[in-house]
Amino acid sequence: MAGELGAGKTAFVRAACAALGVTEPVTSPTFTVGHRYAGGAFPVSHLDLYRSAGVSPEEWADLEPYFDEGVCFVEWPEAGAGVLPPPRLVVELRLQEADARLVSLRSEHPGLLAAIADSLA
Amino acid sequence: MILGIETSCDETAAAVVSREGAVLSNVVSSQAALHAPYGGVVPEVASRRHLELVVPAVERALVDAGIALGDLEAVAVTEGPGLIGALLVGLSAAKALAYARRLPLVPVDHLHGHVAALYLEPDPVEPPFLALLASGGHTLLAEVPERGSMTVIGRSLDDAAGEAFDKGARLLGLGYPGGAALERLASGGDPGAHRFPAAMLGKPGHDFSFSGLKTALARAVRAEAAAPADLAASYQAAIVRALVGRAAEAVEATGAGTLAVVGGVARNSVLREAAARRCEELGVRLALAPSALCSDNAAMIASAARYAPALPFPEYLSRDAYATAA
Repeated sequence: MAGELGAGKTAFVRAACAALGVTEPVTSPTFTVGHRYAGGAFPVSHLDLYRSAGVSPEEWADLEPYFDEGVCFVEWPEAGAGVLPPPRLVVELRLQEADARLVSLRSEHPGLLAAIADSLA
Repeated sequence: MILGIETSCDETAAAVVSREGAVLSNVVSSQAALHAPYGGVVPEVASRRHLELVVPAVERALVDAGIALGDLEAVAVTEGPGLIGALLVGLSAAKALAYARRLPLVPVDHLHGHVAALYLEPDPVEPPFLALLASGGHTLLAEVPERGSMTVIGRSLDDAAGEAFDKGARLLGLGYPGGAALERLASGGDPGAHRFPAAMLGKPGHDFSFSGLKTALARAVRAEAAAPADLAASYQAAIVRALVGRAAEAVEATGAGTLAVVGGVARNSVLREAAARRCEELGVRLALAPSALCSDNAAMIASAARYAPALPFPEYLSRDAYATAA
């Protein structure tokens, strides 16, 4: 999840979690670093590296369990560059005029983008 | 005598509290302070730092209290919510200590801990009351009918109030921790200069929302040549308006006779003054935890343990930490 403060990353993740069957309230993990929702068909994790400058090997040990199976959303992933698993999908949010956002999706998996495009069509 | 251990977020903390609620020692190894030279971020998420600090913190807590391990009756520890790896450091240390001394272990919920800060000497607050808990990781309203019990009636749907302070500080280019820096800048500004939204006021239920406010500040910082002090003061005023306004609505809805404000944000003086004014208007009592017991600490965990079930030796070895509030 890429985008400046206030761009709507957590709001986007909340909606995505709801679509994935998460029924718990999805709130910002900035201070707790990670949330994990285990109630659905598969676990959904929500990480936030906003308060980190980098991810050391010790820190990866903290984060690794959140990547175990299921889907993991990562806000402020820059601190984890080279340490976190490569993203399947990069979602970038940009503030536009009024209340609008521009949402860009990037992926090295063309099939994934095609499937998302199909589901939106 | 109860030893409390808290490692759910940034602070490695240990404290000794008596059964009666006297704080005999209260040690907080603030990782935020440790990492100030790094320019305001926490380079290690938590666990390794906690691992290095937990034993010295416990030793210091015992020395400060003037007691030995043999004087302890129980070990209390934060079990969640928080970062799993960080919680496990405290939980494992507590289990090992309790097991070696054949003591009972009392697992404590961090949020119950914040409320239990109110039960400590010298001025303990007696339930029933309505609690407003506002910290970096959590913002909620809870009815507290008796010590050891609370029912959450509302919570932030997105950012916590302390997080809103912190991110506002980042948007304004201030240091870390951001809450105190923002309050300092705001003290020289006009809180009426910008009308930032205080979300949810007057709406049904008792939930909060702060993410729209953050976005509004981001837009204002980008769009206007406004004075930073005015932006800070107006932004802080909107957070306080939302916290106090929603708490007041909940006081009226529940008929509570006392509003208690706890958590790290309760140290904010503008919030304390606004809460005092509103409580006077409502004709209810305001109870505030002492500043030192507002932010994360282990005395509040030991305090909460006085009203939580103790697991007898050795029935706690399989206890696990939990990441997210139930």
